[in-house]
Amino acid sequence: MTVRGAEVAGSGKGASAGDAGVTTGVLARLRRDAPWWLLPVTVVVVLGGFIVYSIWASTTGVGEARNAPYLSPLYSPGWLANHIPVFPGLLCILVPIAFRGTCYYYRKAYHRSFLWDPPGCAVPELRHGGYRGETAFPLSLNNLHRFALYGAVVYIPILAFDAANAFSLGGHLYLGLGTAIMVLNVVLLAGYTLSCHSLRHLVGGSVDCFSCVRFGRQRYGAWRGVTRLNVFHPTWAWVSLFSVWAVDAYVRMLNAGWFTDPHLLFR
Amino acid sequence: MAIAERPAQRGTAPQPGAGSGSDGAPLEFHVFKGIPGEEQGEVTYRVPPVTGMVVLDAIHWIQKHVDTDLACRWNCKAAKCGSCSAEINGMPRLMCKTRIDDLPDGPITVRPMTAFPLIKDLVTDVSHAYEVNRRIPQFTPAADEPSPFVIQEMDLERIYEFRKCIECFLCQDVCHVLRSHDLQEQFYGPRFFVRVASLEMHPKDTVDRLEAVRTEGGLGYCNITKCCTEVCPEHIHITDNAIIPLKERVADRHWDPLRAVSRLLLGKR
Ligand code: SF4
Ligand code: SF4
Ligand code: FES
Ligand code: FES
Repeated sequence: MTVRGAEVAGSGKGASAGDAGVTTGVLARLRRDAPWWLLPVTVVVVLGGFIVYSIWASTTGVGEARNAPYLSPLYSPGWLANHIPVFPGLLCILVPIAFRGTCYYYRKAYHRSFLWDPPGCAVPELRHGGYRGETAFPLSLNNLHRFALYGAVVYIPILAFDAANAFSLGGHLYLGLGTAIMVLNVVLLAGYTLSCHSLRHLVGGSVDCFSCVRFGRQRYGAWRGVTRLNVFHPTWAWVSLFSVWAVDAYVRMLNAGWFTDPHLLFR
Repeated sequence: MAIAERPAQRGTAPQPGAGSGSDGAPLEFHVFKGIPGEEQGEVTYRVPPVTGMVVLDAIHWIQKHVDTDLACRWNCKAAKCGSCSAEINGMPRLMCKTRIDDLPDGPITVRPMTAFPLIKDLVTDVSHAYEVNRRIPQFTPAADEPSPFVIQEMDLERIYEFRKCIECFLCQDVCHVLRSHDLQEQFYGPRFFVRVASLEMHPKDTVDRLEAVRTEGGLGYCNITKCCTEVCPEHIHITDNAIIPLKERVADRHWDPLRAVSRLLLGKR
């Protein structure tokens, strides 16, 4: 029925006679624009894939993760991994897991993708009652993110040390493709760590009046610096995840003899 | 009278596509109609397209030519008064800022905000938001603060952004804590976290609202899923610049034993 531009929904083309002509309930409220489910599905595949990979990689033994002069970040610090008899990799990545697990960006990623709380903006949720968010255990532990940050900061010089070691083989200067990947990994992880929201708060975010406190100008400068990096925090989070994976996979591929490391050795 | 049975001969609409300034095939709009307690649903209208038109133009066309009792709230048509909030194709947006040519082809759905009680058609009752607003203590400088204030630029920089809020409440509407979990009584909502943040970060303010925002404000219910930031027409970084800094301030007090010890020793807040 179309009269003068107005038509009752459902009574037009193809609607059955019994159709009340009214769209109500959850279906009517579903988003009809871009495929909102694409992002959560991608995150489940990529993040889920990385979690499975890192559990597998960190339990296969340090031998697989080392190929002089390279060392996988999943088994760093190397001296610690050497002294832990069982699953040294798993223990080495505890701090990075805590850091990423409580990261403000990853909270969005896993709440939307794995917990469907919500799966997308303005998309109805599966459950209605019982939602506690971060007010109750275990998600309230996210409030401890700053402590994971303190641990993660320590990893940057450790991984920088590993990358520096990748420049030398048998006392000679070594420049390999793996060296470049390890250096890039340190840079990206530093970007991720230094763009952390908790760090932003720590260096200056907690100050209401920079001009009233000691070292206020310096703290303001530091806060601005972290803020500039922080704008890209989700990007840092993803690229550094890939770079960690890339170094580990590269070392494993070398060990598997898939190819030899393209390099220059200065004797 | 049930919506499906309404006579459609109201108004004297020009034939879609034939009116002056009309620009191609008619657009199909599915617009929600109804009042609480009576039958509600979407009514289909065909509206002549005009280059550059926004959804509010279409609603006005319908009101003028077809359905004079279609209710909608609007004021400025310039994305500044925050009145015309609705859900367009299921996403909370301002009707006056949503261009038709930015929407995908096909029928366009326009519905009222879900998180607020319906009054009629596209109009909802947003008084909950004003009640929350009243619970937040207003800006309170020290009694002996010399006036006018002398404030350094760097001390105000952060809160400029919060001043852009037009109180459209799209962020409240999209927030799943209010929208899906109905925690209106326990949760201020993103717009009011923005307000609290702007007051808490103000260099001349003296009132402490952190405890209130943690307890009655339900800051912990927010799980940083950032939908509020996605829909904000003023592009306020609600989550990154208001909610997360508030959560960090709460963590300073309640989750950081190192700070607790330093507070004990140094006697700081
Ligand atoms: S980030 Fe928090 S306040 Fe914003 S929509 Fe999500 S849950 Fe609500
Ligand atoms: S913060 Fe943004 S979305 Fe929320 S009420 Fe203000 S302008 Fe609207
Ligand atoms: S917020 Fe992402 S690492 Fe701290
Ligand atoms: S009419 Fe004022 S914001 Fe849309």
